[in-house]
Amino acid sequence: MSLDKHDVEKIAHLARLSIQEEDIPHYAQGLNNILNLVEQMSAVDTSGIQPMAHPLDAHQRLRPDEVTEVDQREAFQAIAPKTEAGVYLVPKVIE
Amino acid sequence: MHNKSLSELSTALQTGDISSVELTQHYLDRINQYNGDLNAFITVTEDRALEQAKAADKLLAEKKGGPLTGIPLAHKDIFCTKGVRTSCASRMLDKFIAPYDATVVEKTDSAGMVTLGKTNMDEFAMGSSNETSFYGPVKNPWDTGCVPGGSSGGSAAAMAARLAPVATGTDTGGSIRQPSSLCNLTGLKPTYGRISRYGMIAFASSLDQAGPMANSAEDAAWLMNIMSGFDPRDSTSVDRDVPDYTATLNDSLEGLTIGLPKEYFGEGLDPQVAEVVETAIKQYEAMGAKLKEITLPNTHLAVPTYYVVAPAECSSNLSRMDGVRFGHRAEDPKDLMDLYTRSRGEGFGEEVKRRIMIGTYALSAGYYDAYYLKAQQCRRLIRDDFLKAYEEVDVIMGPSAPTPAFRFGEKTDDPVAMYMEDIYTINVNLAGLPGMSIPAGFVNGLPVGLQIIGNYFDEARLLNVAHQYQQQTDWHTRIPDAFK
Repeated sequence: MSLDKHDVEKIAHLARLSIQEEDIPHYAQGLNNILNLVEQMSAVDTSGIQPMAHPLDAHQRLRPDEVTEVDQREAFQAIAPKTEAGVYLVPKVIE
Repeated sequence: MHNKSLSELSTALQTGDISSVELTQHYLDRINQYNGDLNAFITVTEDRALEQAKAADKLLAEKKGGPLTGIPLAHKDIFCTKGVRTSCASRMLDKFIAPYDATVVEKTDSAGMVTLGKTNMDEFAMGSSNETSFYGPVKNPWDTGCVPGGSSGGSAAAMAARLAPVATGTDTGGSIRQPSSLCNLTGLKPTYGRISRYGMIAFASSLDQAGPMANSAEDAAWLMNIMSGFDPRDSTSVDRDVPDYTATLNDSLEGLTIGLPKEYFGEGLDPQVAEVVETAIKQYEAMGAKLKEITLPNTHLAVPTYYVVAPAECSSNLSRMDGVRFGHRAEDPKDLMDLYTRSRGEGFGEEVKRRIMIGTYALSAGYYDAYYLKAQQCRRLIRDDFLKAYEEVDVIMGPSAPTPAFRFGEKTDDPVAMYMEDIYTINVNLAGLPGMSIPAGFVNGLPVGLQIIGNYFDEARLLNVAHQYQQQTDWHTRIPDAFK
């Protein structure tokens, strides 16, 4: 199992990361090294082992459905790259 | 003033021998003197610190202060600090002024502690040498040609050079313990869920845990008392009483059973580091502890498992950095896709991009079972090894890191070579257990840490075990000559 240039481009697209064309071989090599490392898992028989998502096997806590946060829109939008009239601005999506 | 324990500083503040302003200024002066070379701090919050110190002095004068009131500390730049840049050492958050406080920051503030600044780290805590920081690498005060370890390398270097009396760090795969080992500190990664993750910028949410980095177990216990506790704002915070971690420091170690995993003393471990660690363990035997060889047979799976679980979680967590709501945004995006990809491509460094891509791949259609599910199954095997071991032993000991501090650039060519730095720490995160690193000696002038791993919520025992050793040894009091 080895990732090629095309695979790296596909993964970068899924991850919404622009990668320079000339850097792709370097990333491919790094990713393949990591996948070779990870491959060691396949030598282990894990049939019947329950996957562990949380170290203490805890479950999500529920809280009463009540408003606990105050409106901080202005504070949060103050650090946004581009806002106007209380909304976040992005390039035109719909023609 | 910078060679005193928190307890001594506290007494001096309470009795009025020194003021918090004087103490804070002393540390700010040291930061001004040394930080240019060490690069331990990303942001020094001088004005804010002096204001906090003045407020602390007022409380102390009115006899309303707590034990840590007026004592300065350094926070890793992963903890959101309201009104202060919180960068996570990334270009992505270079201009990010946190709009709220992390619970850990809120707690140290309410204890009357003084924040000196925000310490350097590997970008988004991804690294073991502090070389992935957007703000440049941190130097190890013990040898400035060497790395301080990572990812909490800035906190570690600041502590080793005595630029702060105590500091915070976070540990996802060894990021408190490994730099503590490389910089001669006492660092504790508590049980997962012990300290709130709220406002601590998430890397791998099922592994991340904050903890103290200190000059002694006693100092670490003092800060643990402040940092620990249930927080409804963190959905994985554990609702469980917090003991007074200082109360049991002096308990006897008579009858303590120490497990020595044979996997921790084999291939990959520097023989000189092994010697230091074995000497420390013999000292424990002389102090009345019993030694028992144990096995953690799935130890070799820890690094492979981690490099699926952690990247998968990071690829999800870091998807929030989209160039829209906060963080770096590329110039003149031609459309929304261009905005996302270029903002993220420019904002993240190489190691972060690599891990996001591994995680994205592991979670993508057709690969989920082979990678993520398999890793979660391996994770259980690793955890069960520990549960079995703790039926027979009270604590487990071994090295914190396979080598002492290494030189800049030594492990940057191959990511996997760097990942091996964490072979003895990473399984503790996967299991969610508490672990410590304490100073145990030196190899060619570079510090070596002893790792002590405990059962769930056994932080008090770890601190006790560490403290007793520090009553009989002086490794933890050693300071590099240039910073005395």
